[in-house]
Amino acid sequence: MKEFTCIVCPRGCRLTIDDELNVTGNSCPRGAQYAKDEVTNPKRMITSFVRVKNRENTVVSVKTSTSIPKGMIFEVMDEINKVGVDAPTHIGDIAIKNVLNTGADIIITKNID
Amino acid sequence: MIKRDLVIIGGGSAGMAAAIEAKRNGIDDILILEKDGVLGGILNQCIHNGFGLTEFKEELTGPEYLSRFADQVKELGIEYKLDSLVLNISKEKVVTYSNAIDGVVDIEAKAIIFATGCYERSPGAIQLSGDRVAGIITAGTAQKYLNIHGYLAGKRIVILGSGDIGLIMARRMTLEGAKVLCVSELMPYSNGLNRNIAQCLNDYNIPLYLSRSVLRVEGKGRVEKVVLAAVDDKMKFIPGTEMEFECDTLLLSVGLIPYVSLLENIDVNISSTKGAMVNDQLETSIPGIFACGNCLHVHDVVDFVTEEGREAGRAASRYIKGEISKKVKIKVNPGNGVGYVIPQFIETDLDHDVTFKFRVRKPIKNVFVNFSSGETVFHKVVKPVLIPSEMVMIKVSKDKLASVKDEITVSLEER
Repeated sequence: MKEFTCIVCPRGCRLTIDDELNVTGNSCPRGAQYAKDEVTNPKRMITSFVRVKNRENTVVSVKTSTSIPKGMIFEVMDEINKVGVDAPTHIGDIAIKNVLNTGADIIITKNID
Repeated sequence: MIKRDLVIIGGGSAGMAAAIEAKRNGIDDILILEKDGVLGGILNQCIHNGFGLTEFKEELTGPEYLSRFADQVKELGIEYKLDSLVLNISKEKVVTYSNAIDGVVDIEAKAIIFATGCYERSPGAIQLSGDRVAGIITAGTAQKYLNIHGYLAGKRIVILGSGDIGLIMARRMTLEGAKVLCVSELMPYSNGLNRNIAQCLNDYNIPLYLSRSVLRVEGKGRVEKVVLAAVDDKMKFIPGTEMEFECDTLLLSVGLIPYVSLLENIDVNISSTKGAMVNDQLETSIPGIFACGNCLHVHDVVDFVTEEGREAGRAASRYIKGEISKKVKIKVNPGNGVGYVIPQFIETDLDHDVTFKFRVRKPIKNVFVNFSSGETVFHKVVKPVLIPSEMVMIKVSKDKLASVKDEITVSLEER
């Protein structure tokens, strides 16, 4: 039996999961899935930024298109820190395709003219 | 003098939602005045995800959330001025703003919506003791430095205050290469969301010390050491409990205060939230001046700010069209265990449902929320858990409100 706080939404349900992966305490199906992932293969979204090369003192925010294995967070951060993009940027533009073979892209989350 | 139907002060989440809703309610002559160089307000620097769950049924980052509203503002042809700071408003609803192109301009508005957001409590406001050195900054400022301009405010960080911005910054600075030594919270509980404690602190093994605060800051020119100590139940430091942290930066996440100085200048009644007192139309004590979003009361979720902005947009539209008439004056009081309630007054009539928003003073389990008028409890709701960091919203139907006499009290009763 394991207990933890659900991070799927701001509600923050207190989840418990037993050895047979039965989840209690969740308010939605996403919470149940999160609990199962958390004991088998914990994953996280990452948000960060990349440099905008043609603008002074400017960065543009990015996120992983889907959650990545928790253990790879800092490796993925290293990749994010290597790249830069040029303005204008558009929400949804891909800064890194399939980062470190995680299946997640690093995508731009801000429009900069 | 230039005349406009509706002037909205602030182009963040509340202001944009108010503008869009007013436009949809038939008001065409709208002007948004925004002091920053872009629309969206604080969401521009909130690059983490988790926004929009109520509004869009998906989790967006702050910039993605704001862009959906900024796009609508543009599509609807709503006029906005950026880099435009409002210097003054008068009781007669003359708005004075200034920018580099227009100079100083007066606009006479039929209605004004105040959507100016909030600001962070400063080191002075919490009487921080110790050396006056560089490296003591608010979490929101550090967030702007990092997420907008791309540089870290420090390398070894102590965070005071466990509000959500502090927690979010603990994770952000860790990801970008800083070492966050701990988060210290004066209260015996955190004011942040549980999920932020889980994903921002626990994931990165950052300790959270409850009932502890900064005893003093030490350093020459720059922060070199922060000394924490435990506090007793009267918030007094307990000798012998000191913990020392060698660090270069102290981040403060110690509370947000509605930004209403322009309203205070014209003697608008201010409530215990430090925002304006409003009636059931979100109208302040000056008719035709409305308030919404974090300048009314600090929200925990942006979706609620958006909804409140829309409410203000609808109300201002009704006001401009002359559709608001005041028939009653019923005061709404916070009772036992309740910190504040919005609205503070019901003034139009008791012929419509009213949503009451409030916060409890401390965490409490298994209570009734009682809505009473005189001795009579006219509405009762069971709540399993209430905590100060989560705003409570309860809609009361017009049928139940019909029995109300002159006052309403919202209070907690243990089950």
